[in-house]
Amino acid sequence: MITRSHDVVIVGGGLAGLRAAVGLCEKYDVALFSKVHPIRSHSIAAQGGINAALGNNPDSADDSWEKHAFDTIKGSDYLADQDAVEIMCREAPGIVYEMEHWGCPFSRFSDGSIAQRPFGGAGYPRTCYSADLTGHVLLNTLFEKAVSLGVKIYPEWHVTALAVDENACHGVAAFDLMNGELVSVDAKATLFATGGYGRVYFYSTNALINTGSGIGMAYKAGVPLKDMEFVQFHPTGLIGTNILMTEACRGEGGYLINSQGERFMQKYAPKAMELAPRDIVSRSIQTEINAGRCFEHPLGSYIRLDLMHLGEKKILEKLPGIRDICIDFIGIDPIREPIPIMPCQHYSMGGIDTDVTAATGVQGFFAAGECACVSVHGGNRLGGNSLLETIVFGKIAARSIDKYLSAVSVSPKKDMCVRTVEAVRAKIEHFLAGGKEKTFQLHGELARVMSKHVGIFRTLSGAEAALDEIEALRERYRNAGISSPSMHMNYELMNAIELEYMFDVALSIARGALLREESRGAHSRTDFPKRDDEKWLKHSIARISGDGHPDISLRDVTITRYKPMERTY
Amino acid sequence: MIRASAYTFKILRFDRKEPGDKARFQSYRVRIIPGLTILAVLNRIRDEIDGTLSFRSSCRSAVCGSCAMVINGRIDLACRTQAASFGTDTIILEPLPNMDIIKDLVVDMTRFWTMYEKVKPWLYRSGPDPEKEIGQTEDARALIDQFVHCILCACCYGACPVISRDPEYLGPAALAKLERFVLDSRDERPRSALNEVNSEHGVWGCDTALKCIEACPKNVRPTDAIIDLRKRLFIDKARQFLGIRK
Repeated sequence: MITRSHDVVIVGGGLAGLRAAVGLCEKYDVALFSKVHPIRSHSIAAQGGINAALGNNPDSADDSWEKHAFDTIKGSDYLADQDAVEIMCREAPGIVYEMEHWGCPFSRFSDGSIAQRPFGGAGYPRTCYSADLTGHVLLNTLFEKAVSLGVKIYPEWHVTALAVDENACHGVAAFDLMNGELVSVDAKATLFATGGYGRVYFYSTNALINTGSGIGMAYKAGVPLKDMEFVQFHPTGLIGTNILMTEACRGEGGYLINSQGERFMQKYAPKAMELAPRDIVSRSIQTEINAGRCFEHPLGSYIRLDLMHLGEKKILEKLPGIRDICIDFIGIDPIREPIPIMPCQHYSMGGIDTDVTAATGVQGFFAAGECACVSVHGGNRLGGNSLLETIVFGKIAARSIDKYLSAVSVSPKKDMCVRTVEAVRAKIEHFLAGGKEKTFQLHGELARVMSKHVGIFRTLSGAEAALDEIEALRERYRNAGISSPSMHMNYELMNAIELEYMFDVALSIARGALLREESRGAHSRTDFPKRDDEKWLKHSIARISGDGHPDISLRDVTITRYKPMERTY
Repeated sequence: MIRASAYTFKILRFDRKEPGDKARFQSYRVRIIPGLTILAVLNRIRDEIDGTLSFRSSCRSAVCGSCAMVINGRIDLACRTQAASFGTDTIILEPLPNMDIIKDLVVDMTRFWTMYEKVKPWLYRSGPDPEKEIGQTEDARALIDQFVHCILCACCYGACPVISRDPEYLGPAALAKLERFVLDSRDERPRSALNEVNSEHGVWGCDTALKCIEACPKNVRPTDAIIDLRKRLFIDKARQFLGIRK
């Protein structure tokens, strides 16, 4: 068996992983593994912007990191840990300036400062952006920085399992997709920056690679997950392909219109209107659709996102990417026609349970970015805070890994990593034995179950049905088989390996949704429509039990200075 | 009601790990509805008909650059190309040219990335960073816009006639990336940095056949970058010759 050793293994080549690598590579032997080339990571698709209280907009001269923190905490429906939010918001201006110094081409105001636009749930226009391609420019900038520093990258190496024993992490099992080799990689510290789990849902804005397998791998290895029931549904996904139509469409002044020609948000958030937080706007849209005040299309029922009144000049300047997507994917030019949209799964608030230093309960194992739950987003993430979180906590992860490696002398157990690889090999042999079940079919059914039963609105019976159906699918997965024994560039095999982890993610979401008897942020139980701070101002922590099912316990939320209040917009 | 029509997809199959394997076309019959993209059809073929088929994909929204290939003779991203857009019910899919095939539609992009790294694609700054942002006017930023839009999909690299005869040629994407920094008002790379591309494998290699512009799915014009870099080198040379220093 091929084996490799590094000081630090980083899994994931998006913003969080690259930022951590940049912070560590000059001092340590760092290796970054990514199942696609890093520039293909899902960070590239982020559109609207990154929040920081720079006060560049004339309307936001008295903005401050404290106000950013307040908006974030209120947006989270008070489930975010306030110490973590404070750290993120305080670091935000420095992070944005650092990215600018490294070359990020932000849009500018007339005085040459970084431009900032209004975004949902924010009291001030504080979202820094580069047209509607902010993820694209940030990821390119960080990749360029990583190249300039000579970061060791393993592109198209799919990490397939985490090697943990006695509560310490020793490395990973990796799959070199180009050569078709399984490789044991031991490391003194391992960081997961593996992104979200959008593809567990049928309607999702996420890239096809966003399976959440990293979250599942950590869970399988005994690392707890946090707040998994909190799933963000973005109000405006294009019908059919479900490609994201950025919140900046509304930030720049776009309207949401139902089939009666109403700007219906006036019923749900009379002050903030279309710029209420995403959980509220998504529920409002779904309510309109459920009541039949929507338009019909062979691809599904929809609401109109109307940009026409913004005019050609503004659309071409501020939303060129959105216009291209509409033309390429649905044959509509938003300058002349409204965009047909529906709410779609978009973001994973929950994830691997970490503290404010990106550390987990397992020695030597860290997580950052969307796969992690610190928690800075609580029950609902504000637009513009995810790009921020990836870079802030990527940087913090680098610092705390440095601290960890400086403080203790670690010698990872190589044999443990080798055993982990052997277990993966056994799974692959099982798939090759020719089981009848096809993984694409099981995946499709899983995604439909999640969208149907654990979507925007949830009930006790829905969550129970989801758990039963996921269990039945998992049973069928035991008989899954693949067509080709060839190991290299075998995407069918990669999908088969990842699906196991997707079941774990799905179970933990459904289990959390079943237990949490309240409505908070993006978790909306129609049988418990109110927030219940007495019982549920708590994080849910899911640990794998002996039979593979999540055992859920509760943990207090950290409150510093922002007392929970009723959330109106 | 949307009606599905029958299509034939002829896909180039090859496996470099199979000794003696010869590239060949394999045909798949599928019924598809209008509006379906080539990538969506490829996923269906792999899922429902032939699990051994290899191709790259990620964002499925024309921003990540994974799925560039040759579609009925035209280089484009599979995810943004509709099957119905060709006026024929036969679609031929081939991997990008100018790179070795690893398997089926997946090519080895190692050299593409090597060329990218050769131009030192990052912002050069000489002094310490300011406390806040480095000022830049919106007009100055807009100058680099088209080159910033590059998604590194290698459509241009596959289309370039120079690379097919000179594998050492830097290629349109790398040179456009260099121009993105040279044009950036914040960039302080020394003039001598352009010496790296002052050769037949660099800016002078381009035939100005404009194939890269035609192939780019993001409206980037690499030839414009190459012409501008040539001008800069020429002006430098003229200054040296005339003894003008700056």
